[in-house]
Amino acid sequence: MKRLQRRKLTSSVALALSGAATLVGLICLGAVLWTLLKNGLQGVSVALFTEMTPPPGSSGGVLNALYGSAVMTLLGILMGAPVGVLAGTYLAEYGRNEKLSVVIRFVNDVLLSAPSIIIGLFIYQVMVVRMGHFSAIAGAVALGVIAIPVTVRTTEDMLRLVPQGMKDASTALGVHSWRTITSVIYPAARSGILTGLLLAVARISGETAPLLFTALNNQFWSTDLNAPMANLPVVIFQFALSPYKEWQQLAWSGALIITFAILVLSIVARILVPSTQGPRGGR
Amino acid sequence: MQEALELKALTRRIARERIAERIFHCATFIAALLVLTILGGVVAALLHGSWPALSHFRLDFILHEVWNPVTEQFGALAPIYGTLVTSFIALLLAVPIGFGIAVFLTELAPVWLKRPVGVAIELLAAVPSIIFGIWGLFVLAPILQQHVQPWLIDHVGPLPIIGHLFQGPPFGIGVLTAGLILAIMVLPFIAAVMRDVFETVPDVLKESGYGLGATTWEVIWKVVVPYSRTGVIGGIMLGLGRALGETMAVTFVIGNAHRVSASLLAPGTTISAAIANEFTEAVGDLYTSSLIALGVLLFVITFAVIACARFMLMRLNRKAFSSV
Repeated sequence: MKRLQRRKLTSSVALALSGAATLVGLICLGAVLWTLLKNGLQGVSVALFTEMTPPPGSSGGVLNALYGSAVMTLLGILMGAPVGVLAGTYLAEYGRNEKLSVVIRFVNDVLLSAPSIIIGLFIYQVMVVRMGHFSAIAGAVALGVIAIPVTVRTTEDMLRLVPQGMKDASTALGVHSWRTITSVIYPAARSGILTGLLLAVARISGETAPLLFTALNNQFWSTDLNAPMANLPVVIFQFALSPYKEWQQLAWSGALIITFAILVLSIVARILVPSTQGPRGGR
Repeated sequence: MQEALELKALTRRIARERIAERIFHCATFIAALLVLTILGGVVAALLHGSWPALSHFRLDFILHEVWNPVTEQFGALAPIYGTLVTSFIALLLAVPIGFGIAVFLTELAPVWLKRPVGVAIELLAAVPSIIFGIWGLFVLAPILQQHVQPWLIDHVGPLPIIGHLFQGPPFGIGVLTAGLILAIMVLPFIAAVMRDVFETVPDVLKESGYGLGATTWEVIWKVVVPYSRTGVIGGIMLGLGRALGETMAVTFVIGNAHRVSASLLAPGTTISAAIANEFTEAVGDLYTSSLIALGVLLFVITFAVIACARFMLMRLNRKAFSSV
């Protein structure tokens, strides 16, 4: 009898600890979001969205950084998405049973979790060194390279969810695979693929490390893709580490903007997922 | 005449379709090959860029601690040490907590709570690392400096052996703080992967355990965990891969000192933090090349860890499918 009680006690203690662990995880999320809201909201004003990043010791906004982030994220996803979707299509359809696909899948998974700073060094070597200067386009390419593995993964997963019967029905009408894929499979998997793209956007819009030595930063308004461009993550990095109060405040507000955007994207992506077994953007 | 024309149009249409098929097939194949090319390109670019440093310092590069841009002496021992120690601290904290969360989500939580808590943990994973960095610097570090570290120095510092880890002044920032931030960052990954692998355990196995009179904990520890062991280890290694390569959050809170200190409270540096901090300011080919060589080291370490993790998760997937 005593033994049974001890076993039951062990079980309850262990389960209570697991509940406590969950609480710890949620408290971490809550603490980060709360400080972000508290410190970030203080700096939210019209000026934040209409003025350029200021010189030390004066107030301003982050308009140029917002613009730069939007442009580079957009260009990055425009470069990464087609490659990712096509490669995912190959893995799920044409190359489904090829040995090569196993290798590609593996390499893609490795790229998915590879440190993004490595991608930054790679683009620095192949673009910045060649061109001789930092540029927005190099930053966009770096972000595109990071977006590819995320898109490949989700596209393949989503295409595989399309019932084989639908594919067979289309093939039985006598059309080529590409028509089946573009007219039957893509529409069927549309929301899933879109989710993958949203997750990829969420992922790259917060990336800092690869932009540090590709796009660098720019204190002024610039639309020249061939020149350094301001971007929110690097501005946050530089301003947060500065000794100036105004800059630190801007860093908090910028952090709030970026987190808010990413959380909204992630939540929309989850709502879009067709089944309960959604794809994970995972890093 | 009419029929012949129609037939001709049809033939042409079929030929066009065939060409389109070939183009589309090729396009998907090239895109898939591009994934391989990127990895190859990364390896080639890093090796090319790091060659001056690696051929100049050879093995000394990873054996020496001195990192002096003025005399052009570069040794990577401090960053390597910092990377390994911070990741170890992160795993030490995140693995038990992540395991607890996974257990809670799969075995304990009522259905209505499962999804919201699961999504909340996954959202924690979506928060960009720079946010954790700024939070660590302005919120966590002051708390540690004023409350936690003095206590550690007073009470744990005098102990034999383990005390060496907690001596010196309380800086707030340092190796320990970086490890804590990393723990928070890898926690959602470890928890999410563990939850997923726990869910692959067939209900029949668990029910057999309960049928024999086992408690919930005994079922988890003696049925669920052994069944999904490879997946659990794979998840932990995936978290380790992230911790090793994490850049921005660590750069904020580690203090960036190229030093190997016995104390965890002292500032240090990691491979990625050193690159992020110094790369744009590096003057001279040897300096830049040494930083890229650090990138090579990081790539080798993370590649090995991630490859192991993916391999284990792949094996588990096969097992899960074959048992269905």
